[in-house]
Amino acid sequence: MNERERDWAAWMAEAEAGDTSVYRRLLAELAVFLRKVVRRRAGSFGVDDAELEDVVQEALLAIHLKRGTWDPAQPVGPWVATIARNKLTDALRRRGRRIVVPIEDVEEVLAAPQEDEGLSARETDRLLSVLKGRQHDVVRSISLEGADIRATAEKFGMSEGAVRVALHRGLSALSAAYRSFRE
Amino acid sequence: MRTSDLIEALAADAATPPARLGRTFAFAFALAVAGAALVFAVKLGPRPDFVDALGTVRFPFKFVVTGAFGAAAALLALRLARPGASVRSGVLALGLAVAVLGAGVLAELAVTPEATWAARLVGHNWLVCLINVPVLSAIPLSALLIALRRGAPASPSLAGAVAGVVAGAIGATFYAAQCPDDSPLFVAVWYTLAIAIVATVGAVVGSRLLRW
Repeated sequence: MNERERDWAAWMAEAEAGDTSVYRRLLAELAVFLRKVVRRRAGSFGVDDAELEDVVQEALLAIHLKRGTWDPAQPVGPWVATIARNKLTDALRRRGRRIVVPIEDVEEVLAAPQEDEGLSARETDRLLSVLKGRQHDVVRSISLEGADIRATAEKFGMSEGAVRVALHRGLSALSAAYRSFRE
Repeated sequence: MRTSDLIEALAADAATPPARLGRTFAFAFALAVAGAALVFAVKLGPRPDFVDALGTVRFPFKFVVTGAFGAAAALLALRLARPGASVRSGVLALGLAVAVLGAGVLAELAVTPEATWAARLVGHNWLVCLINVPVLSAIPLSALLIALRRGAPASPSLAGAVAGVVAGAIGATFYAAQCPDDSPLFVAVWYTLAIAIVATVGAVVGSRLLRW
């Protein structure tokens, strides 16, 4: 097991114990790794960077919500890469492309200018808008405005527990929104 | 939203305990067995010669076959729901279950006269088998699919189908205690078909329910 793997596995365990700063560092490293995985796999499909970043974000959400599927006996890298690959496959499918089609068959299609049907990273605000009420306020406050749980609780006159619940439900709803935009 | 903003939100949610797939699946499996046992006790009950039949070869062999299919498919379903996990052991186990059934069929063909094969295959109760196994599998399938929602399968329909094999095998294990047909020929055709029905339902429901 290489050094990176050892770090990631240890950070996963610490994050699970609720260590926010370790978890932030882990997710930041995973984002870099995800970007590489997604870019390499999407290479020949003419997907623009904003869309790739969209897949990265969707994969990060899935990694967070599905981290209970990671087995501590299993390396983190392949687990993360598989999630990214599945999300990329979904994203390509949503654009109406089949990744099994040989590249020669789609060259013309790829060369043609194409309208941007997928939900790109630039449109995440539109995605955020599917969240309702407190979930929207809380996710927005913590992500876009960079407030922490306590500051958010004070701002909206909520308990910290209620903020945590709204945040978690909001993130689940965000992931579901990606899914429904895909269909 | 920039990716770093999203990471802030995810990190702030670190304290929410992750939904552990392995534990949930094990719990669902226990619930599945209990649910099938309950329906069996209320609706069917063991056949009258249950205790005597345990002394034969063919009757206990039915439980070996259904048990092997259930355990192998459970192993495979859990692997399928874990991104990046190797499914080799699960596929091998399922192959082993098929081999056990195949060996039983060959043994039956070797020790019984050819003239009786058709009667052994058709049995007394094939339609009852095709109805009762899915009925007994309904609670198990529901429990297992709900548990697998915590997973992240690359193919939701495949994971649903394999969960259907687990549920069907649990249902068949209980049905076997009531079913008067013990020939491996009967088991190979009708039990397999009944489990396939449950697997099909699992694939259809799973393709929607297990998307993530």
